[in-house]
Amino acid sequence: MSNDYPNDLRYTKEHEWARVEGNRVTVGITKFAVESLGDITQVDLPKEGEDLKKDAVFGTVESVKAVSDLFAPVSGKVVKVNDPLGDSPEYINEDCYDEGWMVQLEVKDAKELDALMNAEQYQAYLKEQESH
Amino acid sequence: MKQTPLYGRHQALGAKIIDFGGWAMPVQYSGILDEHKTVRTAAGIFDVSHMGEVWFRGPRAAEAVQKLVTNDVAKLADGAAMYTCACRPTGGIVDDLIVYRQTGESFLIVVNASNVDKDYNWFVEQSGALCDVVNRSDEFALLAVQGPEAVAVVQSLADAPVAELKSFHWRSAGVAGVAAHVARTGYTGEDGFEIFCASGDAGKLWDALLEAGGKVGLKPIGLGARDTLRLEARLSLYGNDIDEEHTPHEAGLSWVVKGKGFIGEEALAKQKAEGVTRKLVGFVMKERGTARHGYNIVDESSKPIGVVTSGSLGPTVGVNIGLGYVPTALAQAGTRLQIDCRGKGAAAEVVNGPFYKRRS
Repeated sequence: MSNDYPNDLRYTKEHEWARVEGNRVTVGITKFAVESLGDITQVDLPKEGEDLKKDAVFGTVESVKAVSDLFAPVSGKVVKVNDPLGDSPEYINEDCYDEGWMVQLEVKDAKELDALMNAEQYQAYLKEQESH
Repeated sequence: MKQTPLYGRHQALGAKIIDFGGWAMPVQYSGILDEHKTVRTAAGIFDVSHMGEVWFRGPRAAEAVQKLVTNDVAKLADGAAMYTCACRPTGGIVDDLIVYRQTGESFLIVVNASNVDKDYNWFVEQSGALCDVVNRSDEFALLAVQGPEAVAVVQSLADAPVAELKSFHWRSAGVAGVAAHVARTGYTGEDGFEIFCASGDAGKLWDALLEAGGKVGLKPIGLGARDTLRLEARLSLYGNDIDEEHTPHEAGLSWVVKGKGFIGEEALAKQKAEGVTRKLVGFVMKERGTARHGYNIVDESSKPIGVVTSGSLGPTVGVNIGLGYVPTALAQAGTRLQIDCRGKGAAAEVVNGPFYKRRS
């Protein structure tokens, strides 16, 4: 289970993960999200330079069966986009925490990071959701 | 939730299980795209035991069936089958069905899982006085084996020449030592069989087919890939593309309205004479976006003019495809449509015929 939700990441209730490195935050979707969606066929991501607002929709991910919004875990400016996902959205299925990353943000307010869950909290959250 | 006799096997295979019309069914095993490709290139086995089997028996069985279905029952010889609709007097589609003739006094109608009770009640109400109408859905399991290798796999286990069956024909045969009805029918656009057996024999048959097929790459296939396969082959899904609000003429199924003396005949004849006002069309997305069930088809001013009934990536054709109802004036091949994909307009183009056709 711990490998499914790495300890060095932070998590949101909308099933995004965030990897914090200095004032940069890399964002993707969690293993739980990937497994719920199934085979991912298309990702729509913002462009470099766009400003994202915490909890606002910044893109969509489509699988064979469903479409799902992506929510920004924190506010920030998009400084990098994982462009290869445009042609190879399957990277998200294959490796959602590495090759399947989506955008990198320059964080505006580091305090927003404190509100995110750690791996343990996120897994507890998943368990709680499951029992509903 | 109801379970098929193979539920434990699906769990053991690691399938993701969903509630499909009250049935706990496998939606995927290895993944929809992989399963889809497996059926197009090798073979897949599907548990479709949730589908219903209603038998009609007696001297007036043919008459009883004809009263219920739009297609021409008189055309069926012993051992033949046909696709058809059953309609209300208004022409609205009660269900789409396959009618199998065993003899002139024995017919099997296979109905959609979600409609078993509705159909059975309708059948008894309308035709129950003419012959015995028996819902034997719980007695039967149904396995579909589909794909280019399917015929060889099933033949290798059969004690009769099932490979000689023509499309839409069936016969009884032993398969892996299990007494079965083997039909050259399916819902994928591929060659293959649908095999009926007693519920208690389903596990034995499933295991034998998986083992025999394993050598040629046969895999278990869930409802997810079943949906993408049927959509590429442009086969309608009841509850999505067809329902009681739509008629066979509107759904592009006029080719199964050939019978005489069936319920809805008058309404359908009138509609045909007057022309339909809306039609189910197939379309290919021309811009980024996936059309999905319930999305609006809109005009230039974003006003809804139609609705998407099915849509997804077509994994084999490699483009996003869909079905939807549009005003008849927009049903011509080549017509540009605009689909409202969650607030974003995306262009699509009407196309004729199946999105995918196997090379024969």
